[in-house]
Amino acid sequence: MTTTTAPAPAHTGPPDPPAHGAAPPRAFRLLRHSLALTRRSLIKIRRTPEQLLDVTLQPIMFIVLFVYLFGGAVAGSTHDYLQYVLPALIAMGVVFGSMQTGVNLNDDIKKGVFDRFRSLPIPRSAPLVGSVLGDLVRAVVAFAVPIGFGYAIGFRIQTDPLRTLAACLLMVTFAFCMSWVFVLVGMLVREPGAVQGISFLALFPVAFGTNVFVPTDTLPGWLQAWVRVNPITSLMDAVRGLMLGGPVAAPATHTVLWGAGILAVFAPLAVQAYRRRT
Amino acid sequence: MTYAFQAEGLVKRFGKTTALAGVDLAARPGTVLGVLGPNGAGKSTAVRILATLLRPDAGRAQVGGHDVIRHPARVRRLVGLTGQYASVDESLTGTENLLLIGALLDLRRAEAKARAAELLARFELTEAADRPARTYSGGMRRRLDLAASLVGNPQVVFLDEPTTGLDPAKREDVWGMIRSLVADGSTVLLTTQYLEEADALADAISVIDHGRVIAHDTPAGLKQIAGRQTIVVRPDPHRLDETAAILEAETGQPAHAPTPGLLTVPASGDAVFAAVVGRLAVAGIGVAELALRLPSLDEVFFTLTGHHDPQRKGTEHKDRQGEDQGEDKDREGKDTNGKAEGFGARLRRRRMERRAAA
Repeated sequence: MTTTTAPAPAHTGPPDPPAHGAAPPRAFRLLRHSLALTRRSLIKIRRTPEQLLDVTLQPIMFIVLFVYLFGGAVAGSTHDYLQYVLPALIAMGVVFGSMQTGVNLNDDIKKGVFDRFRSLPIPRSAPLVGSVLGDLVRAVVAFAVPIGFGYAIGFRIQTDPLRTLAACLLMVTFAFCMSWVFVLVGMLVREPGAVQGISFLALFPVAFGTNVFVPTDTLPGWLQAWVRVNPITSLMDAVRGLMLGGPVAAPATHTVLWGAGILAVFAPLAVQAYRRRT
Repeated sequence: MTYAFQAEGLVKRFGKTTALAGVDLAARPGTVLGVLGPNGAGKSTAVRILATLLRPDAGRAQVGGHDVIRHPARVRRLVGLTGQYASVDESLTGTENLLLIGALLDLRRAEAKARAAELLARFELTEAADRPARTYSGGMRRRLDLAASLVGNPQVVFLDEPTTGLDPAKREDVWGMIRSLVADGSTVLLTTQYLEEADALADAISVIDHGRVIAHDTPAGLKQIAGRQTIVVRPDPHRLDETAAILEAETGQPAHAPTPGLLTVPASGDAVFAAVVGRLAVAGIGVAELALRLPSLDEVFFTLTGHHDPQRKGTEHKDRQGEDQGEDKDREGKDTNGKAEGFGARLRRRRMERRAAA
């Protein structure tokens, strides 16, 4: 099945039939077709805004819960705790938001929409890329909503807009890399519901096994080891550094390297699984 | 290029299940090939291979002179596919669905818009054009799906059971649309479970069962092979016996009453039907229903294969066995040995048996 679409057909032999007009160069086509499919994802989000609940209401609940329930006990003051926990909660929300890509893709394949795409003369990965790009909008919502809500309840960024923007870019980039993991899950699992369950189960220890709630050195040794290698910890550290001040270079580098590694491993696997599945 | 599409010796297995065991299909440009068969016969699998969605394990297929395995991209420029399930995006409106396909086919925006409007009008969806497809009825969804497969003016259109699940009026609508497609010069492959549908639309019919083509003929030829038509009469309830006598006198065969008040009798030709109509008129018997009915798929299959009720068999084996591939969960080759006999031989045997019975 893999060889079906491998290289672009060389233009030898009979000329391409004039059915759909001349085909533009391949790279442009991938971009254009992916963007057309991204538009589709955006329309879907606009039509069913309730699918954004996990990146809007859910993080707000998390913020309220952790800041007001534990803040006093953990940090002595809810306001101090808000400053500590919010950047990390934002990072966590953006990563959780990337899960949805797998669920959506699985649903698309089940409903047969992908059969239609696959019968069209488009690069085979265009629907995948389109979905992943469309979900970047979710990532934007996922950092914008908690920042806004945080500001309303007293959170203040200590740095400047440029570094805040850098924090957001870093989160979105990392979410983009992570979403390929969930695309793979979406390809391997049968039901959209199961995709959600499995993804959540896999993400839970990674997302919570971090210094999101308390500093790393308060944790038992074995957990410290885990938290220190966890890329989401680095993402949280980098975001904290960029929003509140503090070391940025090391955690950001760590995050980018991990992101690149995840992308390099999971994107090809996901594309391969996609080709097998469809 | 004599064939618009052609498949030779297609074999496809899903795990232990053999979906296709060597299928040949072909149609000349501008004609309709009907592929007739029960659930799980391998129809969808064959269509998916021709539409480049699946790779065959063996055999060759070409569309418009392009090999589906070596040049899938070229084939995709020529074909339109309407699957068994309406594969439109439910969140998108009718227009948005068609514009998306247009964009993916590299149409210019204005061109895509014009094409979408034209297709929506043709499929009587203009009023619903700006509503999300999830608000559409089953028939509307099916029409939108059909429209979506036509955005690129495909030379070859694959329609996989386009009328399954539609009520008779909607089915007629779809038939009309298929006819207009062919009138515009497209070649159509139509899979169906209804002989009636294949008869109404197809220039040639391939009957497929257990992943093999067990008959290929014109509709008329197939009906001849498949046995006689049936005269169906629902007369004035008070004159049932009289009607039965007329039927027997004209056809030489006793009439059956499958349900109370309804009489059926095998007819050997149109002439007999005309005679029956004349006799009923002369006798002044009023009828609520009077028809010359084609043999059902079941009857065709019984004649061709000697086993009954492919429908029910199909559903029995419908439960998914592992693979996610292909809606057409094809039956296991349990009686493949029986199949090895070959179509011609089986046909001769059936005829002999019938003659012996008569």
